[in-house]
Amino acid sequence: MKNIIRDSVAGFKTLVVGMRVTIDQFFRRPVTVHYPHEALKMPDRYRGHIELVRDPETGKSLCIACKSCEKACPSDCIFVDGLKREGEKRKSATEFTLDFTKCSLCGACVEVCPTDALRFTKSYNLASTQKQSYFFDLMKRMEEQKK
Amino acid sequence: MSGAPLNLTKGPDETFILNLGPQHPATHGVLRIKLTMDGEYVVRAEPVPGYIHRMHEKMGENRTWNQYLPNPSRVDYLSAMAYSHAHVAVAERAAGLEVPPRAEYIRVIVCELNRVSSHLVWLGAFLLDLGGFTPLLYAFDDREMILDLLEGITGSRLTYCYHRFGGVCNDVDDTFVRGTKAFVEHMRPRMKLYRDLVTDNIILRKRLTDIGHISADTCRRYGATGPVIRGSGVPYDVRRNEPYSAYPEFDFDIPVFPEGDCMARYLVRMEEIVQSLRIVEQAIGRLPDGPHIAPKVPKIMKVPPGDYFFATEAARGRFAIRAVSDGKEIPYRIKLRAPSFSNLSLFEEASQGMMLPDALALLGSLDLVIPDIDR
Amino acid sequence: MSFLEIEPFRIALYVVGALAFVGANAAYLVWVERKAAGRFQRRAGPTEVGPAGLLQPVADAIKLMSKQIIVPPGSDALLFRIAPVMVMAPALMCFATIPFSDSIVARNIDVGLLMIFAFGSINVMAVMLGGWASRNKYAIISAARVVSQNVAYEIPMLLTVITMLMVAGTLNLHEIVKQQEAGFWAWNIFRLGTNPLMPVTFVIFFTCMLAETNRAPFDMAEAESELVAGAYTEYSGMGFGVFFMGEYANIVIGCAVATVLFLGGWGSPVGFLPGVWWFLAKMYFLIFTVIWIRWTFPRTQFYGLLNLSWKILIPFSLATLVLTSIVMKIPRMF
Repeated sequence: MKNIIRDSVAGFKTLVVGMRVTIDQFFRRPVTVHYPHEALKMPDRYRGHIELVRDPETGKSLCIACKSCEKACPSDCIFVDGLKREGEKRKSATEFTLDFTKCSLCGACVEVCPTDALRFTKSYNLASTQKQSYFFDLMKRMEEQKK
Repeated sequence: MSGAPLNLTKGPDETFILNLGPQHPATHGVLRIKLTMDGEYVVRAEPVPGYIHRMHEKMGENRTWNQYLPNPSRVDYLSAMAYSHAHVAVAERAAGLEVPPRAEYIRVIVCELNRVSSHLVWLGAFLLDLGGFTPLLYAFDDREMILDLLEGITGSRLTYCYHRFGGVCNDVDDTFVRGTKAFVEHMRPRMKLYRDLVTDNIILRKRLTDIGHISADTCRRYGATGPVIRGSGVPYDVRRNEPYSAYPEFDFDIPVFPEGDCMARYLVRMEEIVQSLRIVEQAIGRLPDGPHIAPKVPKIMKVPPGDYFFATEAARGRFAIRAVSDGKEIPYRIKLRAPSFSNLSLFEEASQGMMLPDALALLGSLDLVIPDIDR
Repeated sequence: MSFLEIEPFRIALYVVGALAFVGANAAYLVWVERKAAGRFQRRAGPTEVGPAGLLQPVADAIKLMSKQIIVPPGSDALLFRIAPVMVMAPALMCFATIPFSDSIVARNIDVGLLMIFAFGSINVMAVMLGGWASRNKYAIISAARVVSQNVAYEIPMLLTVITMLMVAGTLNLHEIVKQQEAGFWAWNIFRLGTNPLMPVTFVIFFTCMLAETNRAPFDMAEAESELVAGAYTEYSGMGFGVFFMGEYANIVIGCAVATVLFLGGWGSPVGFLPGVWWFLAKMYFLIFTVIWIRWTFPRTQFYGLLNLSWKILIPFSLATLVLTSIVMKIPRMF
């Protein structure tokens, strides 16, 4: 009998303690960020999908079409093609496409690139109803960025 | 307090099948459990895994060692770091690569932070199974700090792909070191909050104490590891039993509770958070200088022929990779030993005769990650 | 004879008033609950529809009303459709006897308290019928749970009510409040002279009220992490909407009765403001507590709930009953 009363009182006390915790949080500021209205800054190393880097001097891609990224990619989602233009010392890329439907954002391509011609973007809210819009033509994208 | 003893010898027509999952709030993913019920009592629980099988082992056989780097973190997305660690470590052991001490320390720090974040998700989800909503949000608030820290150094929030053969891909910066110290400071009072709000709560105690007994013997028979076996009184922890990386250099305890009920597993995990914080604090305090990755790591990893094995202590238990190499760029065979699979397999035996809510509490206390079961 | 005392007008006014009050409460308590839940969890709650999300209930109502009510094939269509009505109708009836102030009461009947508890029990039957008629295993488990839960909780609840009846000596809610009008020391919860366990009685009553209205931590019937949505699993559109409104209407009634029985109804502790505001303030404070409890505790286990009822609540409520009768009778014997 005495035990039951003691246990009940002790149990009731834990409930009151719990309620004190939540009411304490009730009067604090929310910690959430209201996404479409305000967005957090992505960290520098954020791994979005890749894009080509332009050579600041020539304005062209740094890519030498060595196809290391194509080989390194675990998901087989990069396609590079290039040729050696006349008057140039090495090959340059003519086509660079990324199949983002397969990409797992592992960053193997960026790491393996010998000329640092690839970098991560910071875009994270990609959405589309068409599969086609995830086949990125990175050359075209780079050209558009120039403008 | 688990109700009256149940007579299980009734005819089959007095039971009914309750299909729990593949979509059910308590299975946290696409696990299906076929329950044969007698009223609210579980007569037989038959887990039906396989809904999210992605052939991670087979994928290991058709891609190079390097290309497999992103995969382990997707097996158990909640403790990705320990999984990646096992993968790179098995190759390092095979190829005889020396890992610089700084890299080992960083690996330990990120693994332990990852363990804390994994246990916080478990805490929230488990309480959600038990009908308490609010702790989930508090746990995610804390976990967010860890994710921010890890995102800062790895660039990703969940499937980090941070480990490389011979080290890690990025060095940690001052922001991370400061942030981690601040997080450890922040987490200590939060543990008191969890104790007041959750652990000491009489409703929770009544729901978990003496519910879902798993004996040490059962754990051994099914190969259960991690907090499940430590909640049954067996002090088995890979970090102690087969020390790897820099773990022998740190001072930490292996929490063991002998009761074997849901409360014991709950307490093991809560205590593990504290111990992980201790490890993180020590490691960040004496982080050695040096390179974060071994010099002269071959660009394309090749492993001499042989049969290799490496185990790590993931948040859910012992994760091990067995890799058979025939000397080519591509491993001959990759076998993943996932802790959730073994932990789930004892559910059928352990849940017999339990009431439905208790069985779900037991399921929650096993802390299953479904992709980890199916691989 | 004033306009209000003419019978048909009075009834019409009552019907409109009760419907409006219940409707507005059910709709906006959802908003309050979501906002409060947000604050308890360090979130903002609804913010998008209207200022501070105030139009959210309207949007919800439009959405629910525009949805089809699907009657699952093979279910008992009649019972399936009646069940939501049976949750809502008794709740509306109960409003007839609740005295919001000295003058605002729809029908001041002498057996008001009895009527509220009589109608209050129908709620449980409705949830059971809804679950039973759904032809869904989860719903049937929920239906079975709700019945045994109710049996366990009606007893301690009625025992505390009997205690209060002995103190008050009447079933008329208006009268009960009148007796407590002197000041807050006269409120039943503080009348320790009559029964030193009065606050305990209040806690028991409040706990049983939570269980009666299927609120967390006693929401066995809904238990979404176990039974998906329990008895409401198969309900869609306004079928679900009415259940939902009925749940809030029952909370409002429960808290109103608690206010009348224990907290002195419209009686003001300090003396300013008209009584009706005090009544609403006390009632909404209790409702806030109900919300507060829901967002703090995990759900109790089913047999845990029965244990609580039979091993703790019933003995304690019997104790208060016996104690009260002793305190009241003994002085008269000498």
